[in-house]
Amino acid sequence: MLKRSPFLLLLVTAAGLFAAPFVLPFLGFTPTTINRILVWGIFGIGFDILFGFTGLLSFGQSAFFGTGGMVAAYLLTVTDFPSVIAALGIGTLVAGIVGFLVGMIALRRTGIYFAMITVAIAEVFFFVEFNPLSAYTGGENGLPGVPAPTLYLGFTTIHFDSDTRLYGFLAFWFFIAMAIALRIVRSPVGAVLRAIRDNPLRAAAVGHNIHGYKLTAFVVAAAYAGFAGGLLGLMQGFMPPDAFTFDTSGQLVMQTAIGGAGTLFGPLLGATLWLYLSDFLQTTLHLGATWKLVLGVIFVLLVCFLRRGLIGGIEDLYALLTGTRRKAVAITPVAAPSSPIAAERKPVTAEHARKAVITAMAPRPPANEPKNEVVLEAMALTKRYGGVIANSGIDFSVKRGERRGIIGPNGAGKTTFFRMLTGEVKPTSGSIIFEGRDITGMAVTDVSQLGLTKSYQINQLFNRLTVRENLTIAALAYLRGKFRLDLFGNPYQVEGLDEQVEKTLELINLTTRVDTPVSQLAYGEKRRLEVGLTVATNPSLLLLDEPLAGMSPAERIETVALLKSIGHGRTMIIIDHDMDLLFELVESVTVLQEGSVLANGTPDEVKRNAKVQEAYLGGVHEGLAAE
Amino acid sequence: MFNWSNFVSQCFNGLVLGALLALISSGLTIIYGTLGVLNLAHGAMFMLGGYAGWVAFSVTRSFIAAVIAGGLFMMVVGVLVERVIVRHFYKRPHEDQLLVTFGLGICLVELVRFFFGSLSKSVPPPAPLVGITPLGFMFYPTYRLALLGIVAIALLALYIVLYRTRIGMIVRAGIEDSVMVDSLGIDTDKVFMLVFGIGAMAAGFAGIVNAPVVSLSPDVGEAILVQTFVVVVIGGVGSFPGAILGGLIAGEIISITSMFNPAYSYVMLFIAMTLVLVLRPYGLLGTAGRE
Repeated sequence: MLKRSPFLLLLVTAAGLFAAPFVLPFLGFTPTTINRILVWGIFGIGFDILFGFTGLLSFGQSAFFGTGGMVAAYLLTVTDFPSVIAALGIGTLVAGIVGFLVGMIALRRTGIYFAMITVAIAEVFFFVEFNPLSAYTGGENGLPGVPAPTLYLGFTTIHFDSDTRLYGFLAFWFFIAMAIALRIVRSPVGAVLRAIRDNPLRAAAVGHNIHGYKLTAFVVAAAYAGFAGGLLGLMQGFMPPDAFTFDTSGQLVMQTAIGGAGTLFGPLLGATLWLYLSDFLQTTLHLGATWKLVLGVIFVLLVCFLRRGLIGGIEDLYALLTGTRRKAVAITPVAAPSSPIAAERKPVTAEHARKAVITAMAPRPPANEPKNEVVLEAMALTKRYGGVIANSGIDFSVKRGERRGIIGPNGAGKTTFFRMLTGEVKPTSGSIIFEGRDITGMAVTDVSQLGLTKSYQINQLFNRLTVRENLTIAALAYLRGKFRLDLFGNPYQVEGLDEQVEKTLELINLTTRVDTPVSQLAYGEKRRLEVGLTVATNPSLLLLDEPLAGMSPAERIETVALLKSIGHGRTMIIIDHDMDLLFELVESVTVLQEGSVLANGTPDEVKRNAKVQEAYLGGVHEGLAAE
Repeated sequence: MFNWSNFVSQCFNGLVLGALLALISSGLTIIYGTLGVLNLAHGAMFMLGGYAGWVAFSVTRSFIAAVIAGGLFMMVVGVLVERVIVRHFYKRPHEDQLLVTFGLGICLVELVRFFFGSLSKSVPPPAPLVGITPLGFMFYPTYRLALLGIVAIALLALYIVLYRTRIGMIVRAGIEDSVMVDSLGIDTDKVFMLVFGIGAMAAGFAGIVNAPVVSLSPDVGEAILVQTFVVVVIGGVGSFPGAILGGLIAGEIISITSMFNPAYSYVMLFIAMTLVLVLRPYGLLGTAGRE
C-alpha cells in the first residue's frame, strides 16, 4: 500500500480527513470519539515506525505518551506559558529526549528482553508520576484546566474549543504527522529500518550501525507519543494520569496489530475499530465492563487468523478479487530466464563472457597507501570456546588482487576463521591487520565499512524486501557510511546509488527479478543475491563462505563465472568444498585442519601434498605403501 | 529514626515476596527457555490460580483443597492454552507470540471480572496459621512464615522435577537447544505441552498461596507480571537458579525500599535491572545465546 506515490496517499488522507466528520456520525461515531481516534492515530504512527518498520515491539509507549502530555499540560496550566503550540512542541521534545535515554537502556537487548525492559521502564514512569512527582503532575488527579488551543491569525483568533473545531486542529496535525512519517519510511533511514526488522545481523554486517538506527526509531516513536499525549490533554481539557498505565501501552499495541503493522494507516484503522466498538458495546449494548473481554477475544482471533491485520486482510482480499496475486505468480517463471533448469551451459557462459567485460564497480581504493602488497594479515590467530580450540595460531596473509581458496574437512575451523576476520567473533588471541590497520576485535559494522565483507554460508537476506531493496540497503552502507540521519532524504537521490544497484543486479544476473520479494526467489537466485549483497558494499576484500553450497552443477558453473567477474581487481578469499571448481577459480590455496594451517601453495602443489591427501582421504600413505 | 525491628521484619517480607516471585518467574523462564515463547499471560495465570483456589475454598472451606485446586486448575488451563493457541505460534515471529499471549492475558482478566466482579476476594489462612509467631527478636505473621516454607517446598519440587527426572532433563536440554532435542527423536510436542502446564501451575499455585496475604482482584496479576520480568532480566532468561536469585533480589529491593518510601520501590528495582543490563547483559546467571 505504501508503494503508491506519497502525493496520492497524502491526497487520499486529506480527502478522508475532510470527509470523516460528515460520514462517521452516520455510522454512530460521536464527535469525541472521532477526535480520540485521531490522537490514537498519531500515537500509532510513531509506534508503527518502531514496531511495524523496525520490528521492535515496545510495551512501554505509555511512558512517552504520558511524559509529553504532562509536560505540555504542566506548562499550560501551572505556568503562564503563552503558546499552546510551543507547549506541545516542548512536550514532544522532552518525550524525545526521555525516549533517547530509555532507548539507550532498553536497546541493549533485543526481542523479548526488549519487550520486558520497556514494560518495566514504563511501570517506573507510572509510579514516579503518581508519587515523587505528584506535586507537578497532580498525582492521581491529573492536571485539569488545560486550555483549548487557539490560533492567532492577525485579524482574528480561532479558538478550537468545540469538538468540531478541535477536529480541524487534530486533523491538521494528523496530516502533518502522516506526511512526516511517509517521508521517514521512504528515506534511506527508512530502508535501513526495514532491513533491521528483517535481518538485524545482516544489516550490521553490510555496514550499518544498527544500534544508532534503532535508537533513532525509538526516539521518533517517543516523540510521536509525546506529541499525541499533548494533544490528549488539549482535547480533554484535562491531562489524565492513566495515560501512564500499562493499559495505554497495551491498547496501542493492540490497535496497531488489529489495523495492521507496517502500514502507518493501520493504527488509525485499529483505533477506529477499537474506540467504535468500545462505545458501541458500552453505550448501545450496555455491556459495561465486558466490552474489554469482547475486544480481547476479537484481538486474539485477529492475531491468530489475520496475521497482517485489517489492512493486510483488505489487501489480500483485493488481490484475490482482482486476481493480481495469481497473475504475478504465473508470470514469474517466464520472467526468470536464470531458473536452474533453464540455465543451459552455452547461453550462460556467453552471458557471462559479456558480463566479465562489464565488471562491476572498481573496488574501493585502499584506505592507506599499501607499502607492501599484503592486504590482510592474520598473526597467531586463536579462538577457543571453553575447552574446544576452533582455531589455533593461524598465520595467514593475502596479497592485493589475489584469489585465495581455503579448504579443509568439516570442522577444520574455516568458518570460525572467517568470522574472526569480519569481526563477528572476537579472537581469543592473535591479531588481524587489514590494509595496514589493526582490526582485531573491531565490530563487524566497522570492518565492513573499511571494505572487508563476507557472504554467508547460509543465506542472510532481507526476506520481506525485494531484490532491489536488498541491494539498495547494502549499497547505502557503502555510499552513506555507517550512520547518517537523513530522515527526510530520498534514497534514490543518494549519489551513485542507482548505478551501484544496477551494476550489481547485472553482475549477479537478477535484472529480471528486480521487484520480486526475496521469499519468492529460487534457491540459486537467493545464493547469487547473497553474493550480490556483499558486492554492493564494494569491498576491497571479499570473503565468500561456501558460495557454491547446495547448488546444481549448472548453477555452480554459472556462479564460478560470476565470481570470476567480481574478482577483477578485487581480493577474494573463498571457502568451498567443490575443489575442482575452487582450484579453477583461485590462484593459491590454504588448507586448514583441526584449526591450524596444514599447507599453503598453488592448487597443484596442494593437490600433490601428501599431508593434504592424508587429511582428506585418511591413510593414503599406508594405502600407497601397501601397493 | 532507623527502626531495626522494622528493618528485620521488612527483610522477612522481602524474603517471602522474593520466594514467591522466584516461583512465578521460574514458571515463566522454563516456558520461555523450552518453548521460546514469552508468556505475557503469566500474570493473568497467577491471578486465575488465586480465583480457582477461592472458588474451591468457598465450596469446601478447606485451604488445602483451595491450594490443590488452584495449582491443578492452572495446570489444565496451561495445557489447554498450549494445545489450542500457543502451539500454532512456535513458528511465528516472537512479536506474534507476545501479541497473542498478551491478548490471552486480557481475556483471562476480563473473564474473571465478568464472573466475579472487580471487588476483591480474600481467602483466610488455615486456622493453625492464623496470628503471629514470636521469633525471639520480633513477632511475625504466622502465615507469612508458613508461606516461606510452602513456596520453598514448591521450588524444591520444581527443582526435583527439573534436575532429577527424565522429563526435567529433556526440558533442560530443550532450553539449551530445542532443535537438537527434537532431532533426537524425543516427542517435543508432549514435552512442550507439559512444560506450559507446569509453568502455568507454578503461577497458579503462587496465586492461591499468596491469596491470604494480598486479597484477590482481577488486576492483581499485572504488577506481578512486571516484577517477574525484572526478575527474569536480572536472573537471566532460561535459568532456574537465576529466577530464584533474581526473585530474592527483587523481593528484598521492593520490601526494603518500601520501608523508606514505597513510591521508590519500582525506581530501585529499575536501577538494579539497569545495572545488571550494563554489567552482565545476559543476566546474573544467564548464558549468551539463550535469547
